Amino acid sequence: MMTTLSPTSRAATRGWSDITIRNLFVIPTVAFLIIFNVFPLLYSLGFSFTDFRASSKDAANFVGLQNYADILADPVIWRSFATTLWYVIVSVSGQFVVGFGLALLLNRPIPGKGLLTTLLLLPMMLSPVVVGLFWKLIYDPSWGILNYALGLGKTAWLTDANLALYAVAITDIWMWSPFVMLLSLAGLSAVPKHLYEAASIDRASKLYTFFRVTLPLVAPILLIAVIFRTMEAFKTFDIAFVMTGQPQAELISSRLYKMAFAQWQTGPASALAYIVLIMVLCITNIYVKYLNKAKER
Amino acid sequence: MAEIELRHIDKHFGPVHVIRDVNLTVKDREFVVFLGPSGCGKTTTLRAIAGLEEIDSGDILLDGKPIQNLSAADRDIAFVFQNYALYPHFTVYENLAFPLRAVGTSKDEVDRTVRSVGKSLGIGHMLNARPSSLSGGDMQRVAIGRALVRRPKALLLDEPIGSLDAKLRETMRVELKRLHFENGSTSIYVTHDQVEAMSLADRIVVMNEGVLQQVGTPTEVYLYPANLFVAQFIGSPIMNISATRISEADGTARIALDSASFELPRELLGMLQQKKAGTDLSLGVRPEGVLLSHDSRAGYQPAEAHIIQPFGSFDIVDLKLGEKTLRARTASGFVTKAGTQVWARIDPSQAHFFDTKSGASLDIRLARDEERSRDVPTPITRQNVEL
Repeated sequence: MMTTLSPTSRAATRGWSDITIRNLFVIPTVAFLIIFNVFPLLYSLGFSFTDFRASSKDAANFVGLQNYADILADPVIWRSFATTLWYVIVSVSGQFVVGFGLALLLNRPIPGKGLLTTLLLLPMMLSPVVVGLFWKLIYDPSWGILNYALGLGKTAWLTDANLALYAVAITDIWMWSPFVMLLSLAGLSAVPKHLYEAASIDRASKLYTFFRVTLPLVAPILLIAVIFRTMEAFKTFDIAFVMTGQPQAELISSRLYKMAFAQWQTGPASALAYIVLIMVLCITNIYVKYLNKAKER
Repeated sequence: MAEIELRHIDKHFGPVHVIRDVNLTVKDREFVVFLGPSGCGKTTTLRAIAGLEEIDSGDILLDGKPIQNLSAADRDIAFVFQNYALYPHFTVYENLAFPLRAVGTSKDEVDRTVRSVGKSLGIGHMLNARPSSLSGGDMQRVAIGRALVRRPKALLLDEPIGSLDAKLRETMRVELKRLHFENGSTSIYVTHDQVEAMSLADRIVVMNEGVLQQVGTPTEVYLYPANLFVAQFIGSPIMNISATRISEADGTARIALDSASFELPRELLGMLQQKKAGTDLSLGVRPEGVLLSHDSRAGYQPAEAHIIQPFGSFDIVDLKLGEKTLRARTASGFVTKAGTQVWARIDPSQAHFFDTKSGASLDIRLARDEERSRDVPTPITRQNVEL
């Protein structure tokens, strides 16, 4: 005769309590987090106060806040910060305008809406390196399709110091607008239909309804989209790295990469990484504050 | 000042014919209630008048001008939604101010109007609150206030107090009546609650399956239902309806209900003949039209009290007449025990006759019975109906 046991009863026969089972699931994750995230984070914090070079055999010397002082006094790094900030503004506002615009267009009953939405989401599902490489082809001065289509002659998008930043930003906008669109669409479709009916009864114009009803109600979710995109844009590396080497348009993460791996200045690079981290935290904190304010409503 | 006229309104939702050739005129300053069961088309009709729903054919006229092709915003008709539809991100003040600000009213006037409407609705002290912190009754007051601030030509209300508890509904009903009295705007009110309809309406429009069944004052609709649907929809407890046969005996008309047969005045026979009534006849009598007596009297039939429901000011007693049940309204405590033997008769002035097949009333009105029993509860009044 066969007896069947449910998984729980089998575990119970082995004497495993719920807590044991729960721990079995949680411990591996926590262990990985500690080994690969928490430990390096703290270890690199230690490096940031030394002159350690990962390429040399010399022991690390404690230099106190010297690395931080050097970085904050370096005009090249400040230029990188300024470039990054401008890049974040251009890229995120571009994604916001395009993504929210697409969401507004899609937020109505149209045939094939599901398919259309999926197609529009494709760019953000690609690898950034792949995206960067084929946009590099599009931007190519002599045989790229962009110059051909727009009749711009031999405009050197990626090597011109004034254009490179925007060329990368456009690629980023192309890739990540769908993300803003997706979140906006979720926010827009969550606005109850009866509020639009009420607004039309209240004699509000379409524009008035948009600014006074729609926008305030989707603001929280839009802010979430903007927070995500700001953090991501701030640390943009892959797209820019494969597309352009233009030093005038160098983003802070490219600068960081060069310091850490091209020049092997591990100590100062760690210090710079911490400065970037603190900046991103500050910026997101401002958003979170607004978000909480918007959510109170 | 506004008169609303509906001419041959038709509307389909896919294969469902929701409004069927509706014709109605709502006079200026009138309070009309659309009454009917869920899905009868009353809300759709109301939304069509507001411009929230398009109609397939017909004309909607406001003061003689066709408005069916205007957008909701251009019709100058206010609408109170069942779920209030307050703007959640605005305060009460901003909610009330919205219809005024939307058309660019000056700041001073907005402030003055909002505060005066807030005061008249008793929400003056909560102008800075957000809708989420209000009770259901207060949210409804704000919703009504938002409709009133702009002094609309007409006010449409879609089950505005349907989601409130019984006690609050009663309060709000009186308040709505007072507001209509003060503002006098032409109002159309949708409800499935006949008590609301009876107590608020100047005229009731009874609807079923997209068709107007009867339009009349609450008293007309209650006392002279146009068909079986209206007869059974209006009145609580429900009217007794039974297929019946009528014969003549001993100089009176006798009307058979199962084994028992009740006596009715002889004129009935002539009237039925005049109306060319067929054999498929239904008798309708409201519980208060069933007269009871403790002892045997001329014209009374024996019956057994079966279920007794006390309502405080009166009782509803189900009588067993063979296989049939006849529901009677009695003075409170008239019968106290199930199984008690009583005698019953039918008040001829409260007997309704319908053609069973078409459901239409034969419109036969018999004179009031002179020998009404003293046991009979108070005669029908509006107050009596509003249970």
